[in-house]
Amino acid sequence: MDTNLYHPKGFYDEMFSSDGACRPHYCDFLEILKKTSAKKMAHLQHSANKTQVAMGMTFNVYHDNQGVEKILHLDIVPRIIAHAEWKHLEAGLKQRIYALNLFIHDMYNDQKALKDKIIPKDLILGSKDYLKACQGLIPPKDIWCHITGTDLVKDKDGEYYILEDNLRCPSGVSYMLESREIIKTAYPDLFNKLGVMPVSDYPAKLLKMLQFISNKDRPVVGVLTPGIYNSAYFEHSYLALQMGVELVSGVDLITKGKKVYMQTTKGLEQIDVLYRRIDDTFLDPLTFNPHSLLGVPGIFEAYKAGNIALANAPGTGIADDKAVYAYVPRLIKYYLGEEPILNNVPTYLCREEKDRQYVLDHIEDLVVKETNAAGGYGMLIGPKSTQEEHAKFRQLIKDNPTNYIAQPTLSLSTVPTWTEDGLEPRHVDLRPYILYGEDIEVIPGALTRVALKKGSLVVNSSQGGGSKDTWVLYSDEGNTPSI
Amino acid sequence: MLSRVGNSIYWLGRYLERAENYARFLDVNFNLMLDLPQDLKAQWEPLVYATGDHELYLKKSNQFDRKSVIYFLTFDEDNPNSIFSSISYARENARVIRENLTKETWEKLNELYHFVKKRAEKKELGKEDPRVFFESIKNQILLLYGLADSTVARTEGWHFRQLGMFLERADKTSRMVDVKYHMLLPSPNWVGTPLDFLHWTALLKSVTAFNTYRRLYGNIEPSAVVEFLLLNKFFPRSVFFCIKEAERCLHNISGNKETGFRNSAEKSVGELRSKLEFTDVEEIIEVGLHEYIDQLQIKINQISNRINDNFFQIKDNFSIQNSVQE
Repeated sequence: MDTNLYHPKGFYDEMFSSDGACRPHYCDFLEILKKTSAKKMAHLQHSANKTQVAMGMTFNVYHDNQGVEKILHLDIVPRIIAHAEWKHLEAGLKQRIYALNLFIHDMYNDQKALKDKIIPKDLILGSKDYLKACQGLIPPKDIWCHITGTDLVKDKDGEYYILEDNLRCPSGVSYMLESREIIKTAYPDLFNKLGVMPVSDYPAKLLKMLQFISNKDRPVVGVLTPGIYNSAYFEHSYLALQMGVELVSGVDLITKGKKVYMQTTKGLEQIDVLYRRIDDTFLDPLTFNPHSLLGVPGIFEAYKAGNIALANAPGTGIADDKAVYAYVPRLIKYYLGEEPILNNVPTYLCREEKDRQYVLDHIEDLVVKETNAAGGYGMLIGPKSTQEEHAKFRQLIKDNPTNYIAQPTLSLSTVPTWTEDGLEPRHVDLRPYILYGEDIEVIPGALTRVALKKGSLVVNSSQGGGSKDTWVLYSDEGNTPSI
Repeated sequence: MLSRVGNSIYWLGRYLERAENYARFLDVNFNLMLDLPQDLKAQWEPLVYATGDHELYLKKSNQFDRKSVIYFLTFDEDNPNSIFSSISYARENARVIRENLTKETWEKLNELYHFVKKRAEKKELGKEDPRVFFESIKNQILLLYGLADSTVARTEGWHFRQLGMFLERADKTSRMVDVKYHMLLPSPNWVGTPLDFLHWTALLKSVTAFNTYRRLYGNIEPSAVVEFLLLNKFFPRSVFFCIKEAERCLHNISGNKETGFRNSAEKSVGELRSKLEFTDVEEIIEVGLHEYIDQLQIKINQISNRINDNFFQIKDNFSIQNSVQE
């Protein structure tokens, strides 16, 4: 294939620099691309799609009449990350998770950061994500955010920016793992040659972490799912299978004497650790949302009594609120006394008068986000919107300023992506996964989400995004180090 | 094993077996009709009666022509027992408990589902010889059994699935025998004629029993065929054999090494097994074949209900949850 036809079009491209030269860590891959015909590429893409259907690697889309199951399109061109770049990311993410964990702990206990006015009191205590029920709580081993999926993007300056911390039930890790298996069949010779770090031991690490947070020697572990209609059900079932633990839903569990039991064909069996994939407020109708039929009545009491460990701990949502996000650099300094290694995207808080005025004046250049929306909903991309939409959002902000933040539009970096017109640049973001058990570990790989529509910046799977396998290299010298 | 998971595995076994049996019914009936004398009308109505879904069928159509019956039993989504419905339910049960299945089993079942779904979307089999399609379904399901046989550990889940499979098979074999009751001869004088012979042969073929029967019994005699399909001790699709295996599964689940019973499911399956074991075919003919089979099916349903009561009932914190499958 003639890769000279590829033009990054003025954005930062992960593979080619602006003068058209291939970046060093992509050179071996480029050689392969050059030797691969367009027909062969189309064939590889076709078989990747087919494998996904055969594996039932699907997610559910709500309000979609086209049948509930869809595959998340997996592009066959990988995103490759150089070793040195990864080391930088890794250090930055660890630092951030340490600080966020201390922050959550502080908010539910001493509230020092509120007293020291590092972050406004009403922002925390007035938030619907702040769970009063967790006040005074110390989770097993002092860990709150056991599993995190942090979203990052790279701007045109080639720098990473943190876009969002997902500390509740971040999903997508099963796609990272299964995509790797599919891509391995597409490029069988390349992995060894390039020295791509494996991700396949994630389930083993996850299980080890889950066992670590129990006080028992051989704890019974389970994954708690809302059920088959949840969009991430494939992932819940996949992780339970890979860890060899039970996949349970609320109806399988019952509480007695502040202990949680599974209902088995042989009677009740106690369960010690749950990787819960149900939102906080649905976890226990006795403590939180009384209308929830998903959770387990009484589980929160069992948790407080120390009879069951939950990952992530209830209450972590307070740290990934989009308004709290703006304060994270300050929180890192406050709790760790260090400068943040990774940048935030500059963020304007509409709750603050100066910021709000700036947002109202420059709305056509900004991205406006609702502080509590996810999945790419409830947002305005200024440069791509009409005047009516600008006016509508100005009014929304004036009516409820605390509900909105704004950020400059970033020029997300691009990666060559296989399309009907051959290789084309498409914008990407990056979601690495971080586990916090005995220590913090960043898994050397990530879910790269890619906006498949030409020119689009929205990478969410619910909005027409796809994914890429993400290769982190063992070393930048082109050799796999001997182990 | 979680009660909910046990329930799903049990029904996975039943639905797969059901789909395979329907493919057999249809395949054999299609063949039989090819052999009929020209002046006799093809009989598709007996199939609908034997499946027990004639009331539902009559709501949709009063014509028992080949096309409508094949559609109803194969693709109709309104028919909860059609091949497509059964395979969809089997896959849905598998999807819920996927973490308990081997990768191969899940992927093969998923493939089968997509295979049938694609045909179902066309709503009919078109010009294609339907036997090719039914053959393919049978083969894919047998492949799934083979895969399971050599990859699945013989733990509780295995026994629940076998239990579902054997109970369903007992029920369906009895229904196949009942087809003969509904399959009308032009007049009583036709008993023992080549047409009658064809019917009995078709019946044997529908459970892949023709050659075995020939070797064990020789001539095609109605009472011998009934004995073979209901009471034979060695044929894996006879009702007795299936009930005996189901009993064994239940004993494996409860760890009961003795005879007798430890729970009400074992009790009812043991009762039925022992009745079949000591029944002569003459007694069955005396009661009336159709009447006997009716009673048999009621007992098989009772066993299934007892299994549900003993293993699958879960106390929801909100309300009592019951199995909604049948």
